[in-house]
Amino acid sequence: MSTATSATGGSPRSVTADSVDAPLLQVKDLQVEFRTRDGVAKAVNGVNYSVRAGETLAILGESGSGKSVSSQAVMGILDSPPGFVTGGEILFKGRDLLKLGNEERRKIRGSQMAMVFQDALSSLNPVHTVGMQLGEMYRVHKGTSKKDAKLKAIELMEKVGIPAAKERVNQYPHQFSGGMRQRIMIAMALALEPDLIIADEPTTALDVTVQAQVMELLADLQREYNMGLILITHDLGVVADVADKIAVMYAGRIVETAPVHELYKRPAHPYTKGLLESIPRLDQKGEELYAIKGLPPNLLHIPSGCAFNPRCPMAQEICRSEIPPLHAVTELDGTPLEGRGSACHFWKEALHG
Amino acid sequence: MADTAPTEASTAVPVPPVTRGEPILQVRDLEKYFPLTQGIVIKKQVGAVKAVDGVSFDLHQGETLGIVGESGCGKSTLAKVLMNLEPATGGSVLYKGEDISKASGKALKAIRRNIQMVFQDPYTSLNPRMTVGDIIGEPYEIHPEVAPKGDRRKAVQDLLDVVGLNPEYINRYPHQFSGGQRQRIGIARGLALKPEIIIADEPVSALDVSVQAQVINLLEQLQNEFDLSYMFIAHDLSIVRHISDRVGVMYLGKMVEIGTDEEIYEHPTHPYTQALLSAVPVPDPSGREQRERIILSGDIPSPANPPSGCRFRTRCWKAQERCSVELPLLAVPEVFRGQATPAAHQSACHFAEDVDIVGAG
Repeated sequence: MSTATSATGGSPRSVTADSVDAPLLQVKDLQVEFRTRDGVAKAVNGVNYSVRAGETLAILGESGSGKSVSSQAVMGILDSPPGFVTGGEILFKGRDLLKLGNEERRKIRGSQMAMVFQDALSSLNPVHTVGMQLGEMYRVHKGTSKKDAKLKAIELMEKVGIPAAKERVNQYPHQFSGGMRQRIMIAMALALEPDLIIADEPTTALDVTVQAQVMELLADLQREYNMGLILITHDLGVVADVADKIAVMYAGRIVETAPVHELYKRPAHPYTKGLLESIPRLDQKGEELYAIKGLPPNLLHIPSGCAFNPRCPMAQEICRSEIPPLHAVTELDGTPLEGRGSACHFWKEALHG
Repeated sequence: MADTAPTEASTAVPVPPVTRGEPILQVRDLEKYFPLTQGIVIKKQVGAVKAVDGVSFDLHQGETLGIVGESGCGKSTLAKVLMNLEPATGGSVLYKGEDISKASGKALKAIRRNIQMVFQDPYTSLNPRMTVGDIIGEPYEIHPEVAPKGDRRKAVQDLLDVVGLNPEYINRYPHQFSGGQRQRIGIARGLALKPEIIIADEPVSALDVSVQAQVINLLEQLQNEFDLSYMFIAHDLSIVRHISDRVGVMYLGKMVEIGTDEEIYEHPTHPYTQALLSAVPVPDPSGREQRERIILSGDIPSPANPPSGCRFRTRCWKAQERCSVELPLLAVPEVFRGQATPAAHQSACHFAEDVDIVGAG
């Protein structure tokens, strides 16, 4: 299996051996920086992950961890300047997207990979009808006529469960509720049946009951079309519900990767551990919450060594001087744990201690 | 927590609601209608948005009452009406027997000293042109009797220390702080007048996960230290359970269920509470395939034109003829009346049923 190595390998190893089962998207050693007046902010520092068809990868992180920036780089919608991709490869179906020209990337966007944004109200154009915006996908990419595009738009709206689609196709975004707008965003991403969908905090702005509807819709559609899904979120609950595997990001690096069940049961990085302990539970009253001390780092001045060391309860001298690579995580007796990695010098203690 | 720790779920008998002293705040049939008008010169009222519609509850000394509900259910309006920032259109809010909604002038000023608010967004609720010292010390300008002029700087520094900030930061501006630190400043401002009640409107929802726990712990620690009563408004049900002694669930301007945290979370009897609890993503993937979820269809109806009878009936799977005609009252449901089960708490449903959603039993 290449999942383990390609998803978690500290160094970008090639996976030529099993090209049949090659991942849909493979990000290798991606580096992104923002050149600002105050200095260079290193938002993404060597990120590796992969997604295959039908799989859900969740990228978990707090604000400023680089989770959104790395996916914007994959989509090719990074604001540049100030953002620049300074290194790495983004292999999509075997082709390195970073080597393609703007026009070629534009053709891939929308038809082969699409994105669902967090804030549907500001992502939709307020002066065009919903039908027009949905139909645009077909008109631009496929040259469909206006009339047919509208029919397609109605079809899509029905697909994502918007009632009375025929009447509502001529309405404007502000006439829809938050949940319905997010459905429209999903419909738009789905229009050309892409192979990969990147959803950036798709339910954060929604109420819990609506959140559940939208997540279920996304999961159903993913199954139906066998798409790869990258779910970017800060919510440990949402991730637990839908993800197959998780990459936890901190200060522009992936600090831990694991299959979803493993991560929650036995985290191998002190940051993940702290996060899991710091959230209150619905099914228990609980005592005082564990709180990770300190604050997320400023990307202009990332601490030397392991970026988490000033907040880490396990930090020692080596953590301040040496950046930990993403170690392959094993059982105590050395049995490899598939798909698991931890960028901690003391992952053994974190996992088994 | 300040009160007696909740006992084992299986052996628990319903805790009488008056274990924590006299109610400090009594809210009775509180209403806030916002008029909808038509016409420019001659305005004519054509209806009303019933943001808060007949809400009643008590808040006791030293307890935390959590209020949960989705956006648009009226929980923030409720907070504003309690503070008399928005005048109530009906009902009463009694603070130690005195009606806040009718008070004005000096009397209102005196009451407000004892009820303070912490806001959601620490980025917009602090004036960017004022130093932290001025922000936290501003309440003293309005209520000079609390700290005489000469002592104010010292008082502010003490407050900074209490909320875990370095007292030397007194001359800094809000933009020099992170979100979590700013929320601490907001809390320090709320504490300045030594209030008895703090109304916190989504105090942690704008913060990062790892910082949320710090602020929640701070709030709990302050409560123990100063014997504060909290009204904690939030949409995150896990956090509300963690911090609250009692929880009220709101839907479309009405309180639909209220009880102790154990009663609400382990024995919810109102279908809306059940749906809300089942929709919360649980940070534990084990058994996620088996977990039963109630997924509500549709959105919250408009509060300008709420459904007749029970307001939840349009999204409820149990709704029957009776629900559209008869408004269910917030009371212990008949089926549970007189029984010694935790399900016997106030719930506004004709067909109340005890269902364990979160599987904690």
